[in-house]
Amino acid sequence: MLRVRNLGVGYGPLTVLRRVSLHVREGEVVTLIGPNGAGKTTLLRTVAGLAPARAGEVLFRGQDLGRAGPERTVALGCSLVPEGRQVFAAMPVRENLLLGGTVQYRRGRGQEVREDLERVHRLFPVLRERERQLAGTLSGGEQQMLAIGRALMARPRLLMLDEPSMGLAPLVVKEILAVVERINAEGTTVLLVEQNARSALRVAHRGYVLETGRIALEGSAEELLANRDVQRAYLGSEAPDPTGAGRAG
Amino acid sequence: MTWQPDAECMEREELEQLQLERLEATILRAYRHVPFYRRRLDEAGFDPDEFRSLEDLRRLPFTTKADLRQNHPYGLFAVPLRDVVRVHASSGTTGMSTAVGYTRNDLKTWSNLMARVLVAGGVGKEDVVQVAFDYGLFTGAFGFHHGAERVGASVIPVSGATPRRQVQILQDYRTTALVTTPSHALTIADALLEAQVPRGALALKWGLFGAEPWSESMRREIEEKLGLTATDNYGLSEVMGPGVAGECLERKGLHVAEDHFLLEVVDPETLEPVEPGRTGELVITTLTREALPLLRYRTRDLTSIDPARCACGRTLARMSRVRGRSDDLILVKGARVFPSEIEAVLFEIEGTEPHYQILLERRTGGDEVTVLVEVSESIFFDDMRRQSELREKIERRLSSELGVTVAVKLVEKKTLERSNGKARRVVDLRGGAP
Repeated sequence: MLRVRNLGVGYGPLTVLRRVSLHVREGEVVTLIGPNGAGKTTLLRTVAGLAPARAGEVLFRGQDLGRAGPERTVALGCSLVPEGRQVFAAMPVRENLLLGGTVQYRRGRGQEVREDLERVHRLFPVLRERERQLAGTLSGGEQQMLAIGRALMARPRLLMLDEPSMGLAPLVVKEILAVVERINAEGTTVLLVEQNARSALRVAHRGYVLETGRIALEGSAEELLANRDVQRAYLGSEAPDPTGAGRAG
Repeated sequence: MTWQPDAECMEREELEQLQLERLEATILRAYRHVPFYRRRLDEAGFDPDEFRSLEDLRRLPFTTKADLRQNHPYGLFAVPLRDVVRVHASSGTTGMSTAVGYTRNDLKTWSNLMARVLVAGGVGKEDVVQVAFDYGLFTGAFGFHHGAERVGASVIPVSGATPRRQVQILQDYRTTALVTTPSHALTIADALLEAQVPRGALALKWGLFGAEPWSESMRREIEEKLGLTATDNYGLSEVMGPGVAGECLERKGLHVAEDHFLLEVVDPETLEPVEPGRTGELVITTLTREALPLLRYRTRDLTSIDPARCACGRTLARMSRVRGRSDDLILVKGARVFPSEIEAVLFEIEGTEPHYQILLERRTGGDEVTVLVEVSESIFFDDMRRQSELREKIERRLSSELGVTVAVKLVEKKTLERSNGKARRVVDLRGGAP
């Protein structure tokens, strides 16, 4: 569905992504983990058409997204839920969601927007309860749900999420990732950037480790969870060693 | 049947994307974690950041057996020893055995790739698999053992018992799949005849044979004598063990696990890539190995690669059965001779056994090639005239086939040396370079 080859991105003299290649197959949840400043957000922003690429190509369902720009990217079915939610604080929840449906009106599918709103309410019942409330008065977790809901209103085939768990309480994180799994089960492909590698790998099929602008590792979620480098660097602790061998060396 | 259809039947374009991603990560890890590779790549002026296509691989230096030897035992490992859960060694066919490490993920990958080979060769849950390789440092037995367990078959780890004992177990345990080298399979078949066990007394269906070069005619003979369907498989301990490639039941080449290994075929002398489809030395780059990533490892094995889609549905390219080792390439009287060519001729001649040895000697008049051929008892004890007729017939055929004059000597059955199931095909007494 998404294929990125040798993507290079930089700002002025600064190189953020060197040569990154990755892919996401239809139906997958793929996660991108790595330390702060590795380029994860830049990668999502470039795919979304929000940052220009210096080199390489981004193919989405066979189409080159290279110069597509954000609006066309969304219209093609690729939506980004940006880091830090970025909901319209001074607007009610419902209007925030309807804005996400703009692209559906342009597609001439305005009549489906009601259905989509219904679906988002089903996934996040709290958004129905707070329909008339201003988005700025929602809790962090609710704002995250609103941001995801707004992206879903565009009926994306690929949903990209940037750090959805950031600053949220563990229980809320769990709830949000459960919804991500459900969205995927209902047919949306997901590319998930997360600091919280353990949670991300639990919902993902596959993953990539991005370090200083390069892919350092690719593998199934299971393989990455079992990889000792990943355990040491991103999972906080080493998994217990069933052989009981010491830690010497 | 296919063990991992998603991987084994992947579209070519998708596979190449995956290979590129994995190759980039492998090069980066080798560069970061293996001082040897950091030095090598720096010396070659290869910047891992500039890597952008599979073709760029050709700019990487080769890794050889000597490199493994010099860094023996753990110098090329890309992970600390505490992350290594198993150590094997190459079987030392060429005289040097070196350590190979596996992380937990490496072992898991290995099991799955072996399961692919077994399933492609006909084996399923209901089969009883007799592993007749030696269990030990050598990877053959453990690889098949893990794979067969992964498939869910019943594994009998017989290891290196006497041929008689192997036959006994084939009978008693109603073994349906036999795993060993082709020459060992023939030895077991001989023991079967000797013990006068009728073929019908066995439940054998599948034979998975590898670890040494063999021929179509040898396959027919094994199948005939043991009453099974035989498939070839390929691997080498340095890059993992068996499981690099295996035949499906179409038996038109061995499907390579291209999602885990990147293969190139080069001319063993110029080291340049050969034209697609031509025979040359196989060079392997590992794509997923954690403990011991190898970049452009020269296997010394001679093969060719066919990327065409197979009738079985797998999209993975197929390598031809190994046609010998580039080390075995005999340069004699200006001609290039591979032992496998001699084998192919012998199989077509009635009365000869599939065991032979090539003896190279230096005489005043130049190099001489003598082929020692085992013949059936009836011929060996037959009258001189029939014996010399057979000998001359083989000499004529070999000389015309190889373009070099070859002397033939007939020897009694079972007189040629066999070590650990692997036949010694070439004895070079010439000393030094020709």
